Amino acid sequence: MISYVLRRLIQFVPTIFGVTLIVFFLLNVLPGNAAMMAGGKNRIPPAAQKLMIKKWGLDQPVYARYFKYIKGLCTADLGTSFISGERVTDVLAPRLWPTFKLAVIALAIACVTGIPLGFYSALRQGTAMDTVTMIGAVSGVSMPQFWLGLLLMYFFSVYLKILPTVGYGNGDPKFIILPAITLGVGYMALLARTTRAAVVETLSQDYIRTARSKGISDLLINRRHVLRNTLTIILTSAGLQFGSLLGGTVVVETLFSWPGLGTMMVNSIYYRDTPITQGCVMIIIVGFLVINLLVDLSYALIDPRIKYQ
Amino acid sequence: MDNWVKKIRKRTNLVAGTIVFLIIVFVAVFAPYLAPTHPWDDADLMISELPPSGEYLFGTDSKGRDILSRVIYGSRISLSVGVISQLINSVIGIVFGLTAGYFGRLWDDIVVAVANIMLSIPSLIFALAVMALLGPGLINVFIALGLTNWAYTCRITRSQVLGTKNQNYVKAAKAMGFGRCRVMFLHILPNIFGPILVMASLGMADAILMEASLSFLGLGTQPPVPSWGGMLAGAREQLFTAPWLSIFPGLAIFITVLGLNLLGDGLRDLLDPHMSETK
Amino acid sequence: MQPAKTVLNIDSLFTEFNTIDGTARAVNDVTFDVKRGEILGIVGESGSGKSVTALSIMRLIRPPGSIRRGRIEFFGRDLMGLSGDEMKDVRGNRISMIFQEPMTSLHPLFTIGLQISEMYIKHMGLSKKEAWEHAIEMLEKVQIPSPEKRVKDYPHQMSGGMRQRVMIAMALSCNPELLIADEPTTALDVTIQAQVIDLMWQLEKEYSTAIMMITHDLGVIAEIAQRVIVMYAGEIVEEAEVNQLFEQPKHPYTRALLEAIPKLGRRTRMGRKPLQEIKGIVPGLYNLPAGCNFYPRCPEARPDCRLSDISLIDLGIRGRVRCPYYQGAKA
Repeated sequence: MISYVLRRLIQFVPTIFGVTLIVFFLLNVLPGNAAMMAGGKNRIPPAAQKLMIKKWGLDQPVYARYFKYIKGLCTADLGTSFISGERVTDVLAPRLWPTFKLAVIALAIACVTGIPLGFYSALRQGTAMDTVTMIGAVSGVSMPQFWLGLLLMYFFSVYLKILPTVGYGNGDPKFIILPAITLGVGYMALLARTTRAAVVETLSQDYIRTARSKGISDLLINRRHVLRNTLTIILTSAGLQFGSLLGGTVVVETLFSWPGLGTMMVNSIYYRDTPITQGCVMIIIVGFLVINLLVDLSYALIDPRIKYQ
Repeated sequence: MDNWVKKIRKRTNLVAGTIVFLIIVFVAVFAPYLAPTHPWDDADLMISELPPSGEYLFGTDSKGRDILSRVIYGSRISLSVGVISQLINSVIGIVFGLTAGYFGRLWDDIVVAVANIMLSIPSLIFALAVMALLGPGLINVFIALGLTNWAYTCRITRSQVLGTKNQNYVKAAKAMGFGRCRVMFLHILPNIFGPILVMASLGMADAILMEASLSFLGLGTQPPVPSWGGMLAGAREQLFTAPWLSIFPGLAIFITVLGLNLLGDGLRDLLDPHMSETK
Repeated sequence: MQPAKTVLNIDSLFTEFNTIDGTARAVNDVTFDVKRGEILGIVGESGSGKSVTALSIMRLIRPPGSIRRGRIEFFGRDLMGLSGDEMKDVRGNRISMIFQEPMTSLHPLFTIGLQISEMYIKHMGLSKKEAWEHAIEMLEKVQIPSPEKRVKDYPHQMSGGMRQRVMIAMALSCNPELLIADEPTTALDVTIQAQVIDLMWQLEKEYSTAIMMITHDLGVIAEIAQRVIVMYAGEIVEEAEVNQLFEQPKHPYTRALLEAIPKLGRRTRMGRKPLQEIKGIVPGLYNLPAGCNFYPRCPEARPDCRLSDISLIDLGIRGRVRCPYYQGAKA
């Protein structure tokens, strides 16, 4: 068990390293690009450009800048913004909580509805209920988030006038309802589909037939035998699909003017403020990786076979 | 044969998905004949923000352009993004997956490591990063999305290759002295085509959705080219005055993506006996 | 021997599977009984309907399969007429079952102790602790060494033979009147097979449980069964006492099966004679030919065999056979 946890933690390091490598080179492969574009669409005089290039160290080769970046990362230094000159960590820190809150609430909505729906659907395989649920799920997966958001906004804010349209509202819970639902629906649909497939798969296992042959109640079979095994499958794929939810924060935050990492990222791309973009990308990816690490570790608690590998 | 027809017809999702897909292709191909007006040249501020009516079925936008025409032309953008970017990432994924599975050893380790890293970056975030590098524009969207999801195809291809590599027909082909490329592409690839096809149709749905998101964020296809996502970019501000602006482009995305997802699901049920048996 | 009282009486059982390819008659008009304390062997190739018969008795047939009609009388009570809950009181408690695949038939995420305990908790209303104690006892009965330690094991920590012992322990925990063993030894090594068979035999003596032993292995049948039913394509083709079956097989299919058993020493005695295989394959159950199902493979087939369906002929003390030209028939 301990060796499994250790091994999994050690695997985490090269992944992070690889991710930084890809992201850094992706965003920095064009030298001077940022300086040219800094300040939006207004061209900067060549002299000033040279100065900026010097100031941001863009005249150095990419690999040298990469090592500098990594060195900075180790001390939680993500560089400084091209535009404002502030430290990236200072710019992004206040953005973390809104995004985290939004993602967690969306996740909670998705889990609480998606998993039971998938389970229910699988147990009533082939019935009209199952068909309706699964059509709903595939629709949820196919729904563009910004469109769903617009529809919800129109219905609840414009038509019914019971919820605010956009903004953070200083943390007023009323403001998070629509963004969280918008973000959660797609993931909920994914979870429902995954859960249904996992339950259907589990129901066809020999050990479920054994459980039936023992005469124990359906409730116990479903709650204990099916759920336990299904949970391992759901957890794994839920972790992998969590990326889609994180990606969705960018769209949903922009739609609802939510002051999180997503809006910051989009703005930084407009302004070619590479250090900020990079910071947002890194934080979101690390969030994704940590979730998957937690999934793998919790897997060890559910599945006894892991302990002995 | 008769059985196959029966099996296909029983898969409602496959039939529905195929029909939707064919309709979208038809609309995209014949857009100039179907659209009542030109999607951006016929802007007329005199008729801006008209609600849907007999004359303008979907209404008009703030620049006085017919939304129906723009939605019809938008199918070209979405479809080309879906097809081209999915083609790019299928090719990348297949080449890496095939060679990694077939050659194994160090090359396999490298490919698997890179694919794993790619899989640990949320797709939309990666696409945004590529767009940040390349700047907005339709061609750049092709490239960005083409580079985004190949790791999924790669992983599936590789695992399929590992499954077929030691089967007799592959061994026989090798024993007959065929070259590696020939064995890989002519003997292995056709036999693992099913799962790749499934991935491709689901991947197309994903690519179309992502293009719409990028364009919605203002980082994808640029105006005046009528991209469905882009058409919704300003819709929020007009939600109070012209809500119909929000409806039709989104509906078009939704139906197209739904069709492709149904197609992919249907293909999977049909081609993957393991999955279909549980049905 | 106790008086021959009937435990189970199956009358005209039909079980079908409706799929996209049509309707498969997996069990087609099957009638037989199981007597108290008896070990009844059911033999057939895979796809002959023996497992489906077993699952039908347990009423564990899942869609797309269903029991079309027939009576399944257990001590005179028709199981088909029971409600779901009543049936659950029968399953595991009065009729229990051992499955073929010891590797996959136990839940991988629960200790074997818990899996055995469930039986006691459900059927005897014991507390968790009492049930656990009983589980240890039961493991001891099936000769698992240091049961108080192994009870906490997960299935993946045990060998196939051990797991099958656990399955047997679980099946016998509530002292059922009928045990259905569906190919209990097929997945095991030969030596382990012998041990498991031996164990079942001993337990049968101790508990006087009637056993339905389903297998394709005539060696197992010879060793353990008293009476044998041979199934082919969903139908019973022959029924006889075990000695009679081996010495005077009546149906051509039974004879073919017996020919297919490798016999020690045969090669030296009779020269190099190749092992007889049964030519052809079991017919698909979707489009069964008219007349005798075995017709396409039968070495003794006659033209009129496929004209009309062949009925099972009752030979009284000599059993039953579904062939008008059976070995020893007067014609």
